[in-house]
Amino acid sequence: MSDRIERSVELKAPVERVWRALTDHEQFGQWFRVKLDGPFVVGQPSTGHITHPGYEHVRWKADVVRMEPPHVFAFTWHPYGIDQTVDYSAEQPTLVEFRVEPNGDGSRVTVVESGFDKVPAHRRDEAFRMNSQGWTAQVENIRTYVDG
Amino acid sequence: MSTVRTATAARAPEPAAVFAALGDRTRLSLLRRLSQGRPQSIARLSADTDLTRQAVTKHLRVLEEAGLVESLRVGRESRFSYRPEPVEAARSWLDEVAAQWDDALGRLKAFVEE
Repeated sequence: MSDRIERSVELKAPVERVWRALTDHEQFGQWFRVKLDGPFVVGQPSTGHITHPGYEHVRWKADVVRMEPPHVFAFTWHPYGIDQTVDYSAEQPTLVEFRVEPNGDGSRVTVVESGFDKVPAHRRDEAFRMNSQGWTAQVENIRTYVDG
Repeated sequence: MSTVRTATAARAPEPAAVFAALGDRTRLSLLRRLSQGRPQSIARLSADTDLTRQAVTKHLRVLEEAGLVESLRVGRESRFSYRPEPVEAARSWLDEVAAQWDDALGRLKAFVEE
């Protein structure tokens, strides 16, 4: 599937160091700019609030789905903004997955966010699902077509 | 991250609806045809396909709800035309989400390399 965003970065730090920065809730909060109420625990919600000045009223809520030290950390969350008046719990969240791999003396972190169309897999058109190109490619196709 | 997304979401309120509407081969096919030229009627759109008028109508309604097409009444029939704005908005929203991850990973890099 390509209904996803993938980004990666090379880090001059060992895998174990990066793993702590990702999964220790206080370290995560420092670089992600969120104050978390407690540690990440698989199967449990993670709550807190954004620490960016002016946005302290914005809540953080995610559900930790995988922690496989020191390589895989994943949570689901709702990517469409946090409007206090909207109940997002009924909506399909996106999945955010971090992977940490050794890379020379350091490491490489890849983050993949997927599931933006919020359509449960069983409701998707089978033919489209079998297609190696997902909707991101289709968006590009249509845009190219229309602009061209 | 959520901060920027909140602002962006206000500008493009329903990216999910756009993505979901695009996630269907029949609808993509209809959109492609509509994006090629002048507005077309349901009869015209279903004429050279295996689809019934009812099926075409159903798909056009989904596209219309996502803002991807608009209909104009001409006499006794509706004619549908393509609207490019939601695709552009969805795409720039995705670009912004990607840029936000780049920023976050940059902060992670600075944090662990201290």
